Amino acid sequence: MSIIIDQLNYTYSPGTAYEKQALKDISLVIEDGEFIGLIGHTGSGKSTLIQHLNGLVKATGGSVYYNGADIYDADYNLKELRTKVGLVFQYPEHQLFETTVLKDVQFGPKNLSLTPLEVDLRAYGALKQVGIPDDLIDASPFELSGGQKRRVAIAGVLAMEPEVLILDEPTAGLDPKGRDEILDQIAKIHDERHITVILVSHSMEDVAKYVGRIIVMDHGRAVFDGAPKKVFSHYKELEGIGLAAPQVTYAVNALRERGILVKTDATTVQEAKAAVLAVWKG
Amino acid sequence: MIRDITIGQYYPADSVLHRLDPRVKLTGTLVYIVSLFLVKNLWGYLIAALALAAVIRASKVPFGYIVKGLKAVVILLLFTVCFNLFLTSGTPVFEWKFIRITKEGLYLAFSMAVRLTLLILGSSLMTFTTTPNELTDGMESLLSPLKKLHVPVHEVAMMMSIALRFIPILLEETDKIMKAQQARGADFESGGIIKRAKAMIPILIPLFISAFRRAGDLAMAMEARCYRGGAGRTKMKPLHYHGRDAGAWITMAMFVAVIVVSRRF
Ligand SMILES: Nc1ncnc2c1ncn2[C@@H]1O[C@H](COP(=O)(O)OP(=O)(O)OP(=O)(O)O)[C@@H](O)[C@H]1O
Ligand SMILES: [Mg+2]
Repeated sequence: MSIIIDQLNYTYSPGTAYEKQALKDISLVIEDGEFIGLIGHTGSGKSTLIQHLNGLVKATGGSVYYNGADIYDADYNLKELRTKVGLVFQYPEHQLFETTVLKDVQFGPKNLSLTPLEVDLRAYGALKQVGIPDDLIDASPFELSGGQKRRVAIAGVLAMEPEVLILDEPTAGLDPKGRDEILDQIAKIHDERHITVILVSHSMEDVAKYVGRIIVMDHGRAVFDGAPKKVFSHYKELEGIGLAAPQVTYAVNALRERGILVKTDATTVQEAKAAVLAVWKG
Repeated sequence: MIRDITIGQYYPADSVLHRLDPRVKLTGTLVYIVSLFLVKNLWGYLIAALALAAVIRASKVPFGYIVKGLKAVVILLLFTVCFNLFLTSGTPVFEWKFIRITKEGLYLAFSMAVRLTLLILGSSLMTFTTTPNELTDGMESLLSPLKKLHVPVHEVAMMMSIALRFIPILLEETDKIMKAQQARGADFESGGIIKRAKAMIPILIPLFISAFRRAGDLAMAMEARCYRGGAGRTKMKPLHYHGRDAGAWITMAMFVAVIVVSRRF
């Protein structure tokens, strides 16, 4: 059970003046239950890549296998794939359309032809999981704050109970508190539902705290792929492609350069603290 | 796919046509459209089609790209053809039950189809080779005599160019919203007319909201830069005629003369 991406290539508007190759020879294996951070500079192809995973965009070259089946086979059921691989787009609040929050969240499960009871159960469950209080359930989605809209939109995808949840910059444009809340909830969903989560982000800090594996994209290529510690050890190269390691990585490396022998693989403040204390105590 | 609708978009290339003064292109398009209605026989259509083909060639815009724009109006085209084909009276050439095609109908359907196609290709060639900014400047300058009649020429030109500019933006937005709803299991392809019409609601509502939001943002951004309409406004790149524009005027006049002469055959 996994997603296999093999030699994926994608070109926008081929054969015109606007031709743009957005993905170049990407090969990846994504195992069940992984929590992956997909990072890259703006325009590096992150959004394009994830739209391949549920078949919304068809590659101009290469293949994608979901649980062993080629999703580009003529008789492959793409509609079913889309219910298994849940994709939350960048600024998902722009897709809200119903009169109440609850109805909007029910849209997805209703498309799965479930019983009304099951639709309700899933909708309420998803809203609870993203932290929408009960008194907002019958409000109009357009009356909510930006962060609340974002949660409702995420609940709309969660309610379909996907096996893989992909979120495209779920924290863009939120304040630090809203950002941490949403990321905490996503981490909780990953733990409780045992699903695969792919989190697209600009921010190394966000990602380092939660994910078990980081994929770095640059100009349509996957340039680094591995555990956060391993990826951040390339912090000089990351800077070269317009990204940065978490600030604590710089802090521990600076200490090391001054001759203090701390371990330099810390990626979160807690780990850095532990590393410094370890030296302190000898 | 929805992005393939290319009508009204600019296609960057380096050609004589792109460098022509927008006023020449606007007038030229108008002259071409009028002359299409002066055409009386097959010779005329042939000349008009050849002329357009030559201009398209000179524009360096790929032919396939221009033809894509026709897709959007194929239905309109079919309607016109059918109406003219079946509903024109005259000498019948084909009769079967209640269907009756006449010689006049055939000719009328053919000429309407050719006329419409050339008209659409011709006018989209103008937008392909002219940026929205140039188009506004050209339009404003051509319509400026109307200012004496208190017509808000600058505002009208501005509105038209913003509308043109919004076409690709809204198409992109539609594409995004469609994908987002598809990711939630929406199905736009199957079912009867009513089901399909209902399936449009999850697209149309977010699209309207986003159009209003964008319009509001744009208005705000314009005000923040102290935009206040046409009075006293100067241009960074004022329009000037060049030698090539004179050549274009002469070509245009020759074309009209040939079309008028073709009516005699
Ligand atoms: N609809 C489109 N048509 C043409 N080119 C596109 C389209 N969408 C994206 N691109 C191009 O493809 C490249 C990759 O875009 P993509 O949206 O995947 O980047 P991204 O990594 O998600 O960036 P961001 O962090 O800004 O969201 C960019 O260079 C972009 O210009
Ligand atoms: Mg993106």
